[in-house]
Amino acid sequence: MAMSQRAKKKKSLKLLADFYAILIYAIFYIPVVVMMVFSFNDQRNNYYWAGFTTKWYGELFNNHALTDSLWYSVVIAVLATLISVTIGTIGALGLKKFEFKGRRFVNQMLYIPIIVPEIVLAVAILVVFMTVGVRLGMGSILIGHCTFCIPYAVVTIKGRISGDDNSMEEASMDLGANRLQTFFRVTLPSIMPGVMSAAFLSFTLSIDDVVMSNMLAGAKQSTLPVLILSMSRSGVTPDANALTTLMILIIVIAMVLNNYVKSALKKRRKKEVNL
Amino acid sequence: MKKKNRLPALAMAGPVSVWMILFVTIPMFFIIFISFMSRGIFGDVVYDPSMESYLTLLDSTYFNVISKSLKVAAFTTLACLGLGYPFAYYIAKRPKDQAAKYITLIMIPFWTNTLMRLNSWLLLFQTSGPVNNFLQNSGITDAPVRFVYTDELVALGMVTSMLPFAVLPMYSSIEKLNKSLLEASADLGADAKTTFQKITLPLTFPGIFSAIILVFIPSLGVYTVPDMLGGGKVLYIGNIIKNQFGMIRNWPLGAALSCLLIAITGLLIFLYTRFTSIEEMEVV
Repeated sequence: MAMSQRAKKKKSLKLLADFYAILIYAIFYIPVVVMMVFSFNDQRNNYYWAGFTTKWYGELFNNHALTDSLWYSVVIAVLATLISVTIGTIGALGLKKFEFKGRRFVNQMLYIPIIVPEIVLAVAILVVFMTVGVRLGMGSILIGHCTFCIPYAVVTIKGRISGDDNSMEEASMDLGANRLQTFFRVTLPSIMPGVMSAAFLSFTLSIDDVVMSNMLAGAKQSTLPVLILSMSRSGVTPDANALTTLMILIIVIAMVLNNYVKSALKKRRKKEVNL
Repeated sequence: MKKKNRLPALAMAGPVSVWMILFVTIPMFFIIFISFMSRGIFGDVVYDPSMESYLTLLDSTYFNVISKSLKVAAFTTLACLGLGYPFAYYIAKRPKDQAAKYITLIMIPFWTNTLMRLNSWLLLFQTSGPVNNFLQNSGITDAPVRFVYTDELVALGMVTSMLPFAVLPMYSSIEKLNKSLLEASADLGADAKTTFQKITLPLTFPGIFSAIILVFIPSLGVYTVPDMLGGGKVLYIGNIIKNQFGMIRNWPLGAALSCLLIAITGLLIFLYTRFTSIEEMEVV
C-alpha cells in the first residue's frame, strides 16, 4: 500500500517536471511563433491585428532598405566566417602544438571578446579607428565581426585537437609528405567537425550581431539587425517579419538537406565497406 | 645542434596573435587611456589627464543608471538560475541521445534574429495587442494595461534572451555529475534534500558560476533590449555608453563607463579562477 502511494507521488512529480519543461520551451518558442504570425498581418506597423494577408511576402522585395541591408549582412557574415575559420583553424593548431613566448598572453586575449560586454569592445575599436582615421563602413564592420568570431572559432576548434599527440602527423612526414600535405591530408580531416561547428557559430554570430555593427557602421550601409533596431521606434513593419520567416525556412530546409545527405553518404560508405 | 625551426609556429600562431593585439589589446588599452583624459568644448578628446569622467559617474543621474543596471542584471541572473537549473537538471537526467535532441530544441529558436524575437514581446503586449485584448474581452481589466516601455517588459526580454546561456553550462556540469556519489549518499541514509544540498549543488557549482558570468556580464552591458522594449525611455549603462560615442560625444565619460564594466568583469573572472581554470568555462 505504502509502495503504491510512493509510486503515485513519483508519477505526479514526473508529470510536474514534464509540464515545467514544456513551459520553458514555450518561453523559447512563443516569440518565434508570434513573429511568424504577424508576418501575415494586414496592418502597416503591426500595431494591432487587422486580418490575414500574404502581401508582405511580395512587398518585401520592393523595400530596398530591407533587401540591401540583408545583402550586406549576408556578405559580411560569409566573409567573416571565411576569415575567422581560416585564422581560427591554423591559430588553434599553432596555439596548441607550439610552445612560444607570449602564448599564454594570446590565450588570455582570446577570452576578452567572449567575456567582456560587446559594447565595450565595440567602442574601444571605434575609438581606435576614429583616431587613426579608418573610414567606417563594410570593412570596419567586417573587422569588428572577425574580432569576436575568431576567439569562438579558436576555442571551438581547440577542443577538437587531441592534446600533444602528434603521432599521425609524424607518421605522415616519415612517409615522405611535406608539412603542407600533412596539414591538408591528416591534420585538417581529423579536426573537420570542429572546423564546421566553428564556421556555423561564426556565421550565426555575425548575421545576428547588432552592437558591433551599429557602432562601426558608416552612414550609408547598415546590416539587417541595425535596420531593425532603427525601425523599432515607429514599429517594425510586417515585411521584416516576412523576411525573417523566409530566413528561418531556408535554415530549416538546409539543415534537413544536410542531415539527409550525411545519412545517405554514411549508407553508401557502409555498402562500399561491405563490398 | 640544429637550431629549432621557428617558421611553422610563426605561420600558424602568428595571424591570430597579430589580430588579437591589433583589435583587442590595443583598443582595450586605448579605451582605458581615454577614460583618464578630458573632453574638449566640441566633444573632442583633449589629452590632458584628469579624473573628471570618473567623478561624473558619481553624479546622481549616472549613479542611478549604474545602480539600476546592476539591479536589473542581478535580477536577470537570479531569474535565469532559478528557471534554468531545474530545466538543466531535467534534460541532464534524460538518456544521452534524447538529451542531445532536447539541447538542439533549445538552440533552434536562436537562429531567428534576436531583435525580431524581442519585437514579438512588444507585439504581444502592446496596447491593442493579443494580451490586452484578452484581458479586456475576458473582463479582467476595463482599460488596456500599459506593458510597453516599462522596466517589467525589459526584464522579461532580458530573462528570455539570456536563459539558454544559463541552461547550457549548468546542463553540462549536472550531466558530468558522478551517479555513484548520489547513490553513496542515499545508501548512507541521506534524504533527497540533503543529497542535493551536500553533493549535487557543490559539485555543479562551476556550472552555476559559468552561468552567472555568462548572464550577468552581458546583461550589464546590453542596450538592445532596453532600446527595443523600453522604447529608448528606459536607460541602462549600455545606452549611456553608446550615446557618448554617438550624438552626445563625450568619449572620456563613455570610456570611464566602459572601464567600470571591464572592472566588474575582471572581478567576476578573478573570483571564478579561484575555483576553476578559465578554460573550463563552457562558452560555446
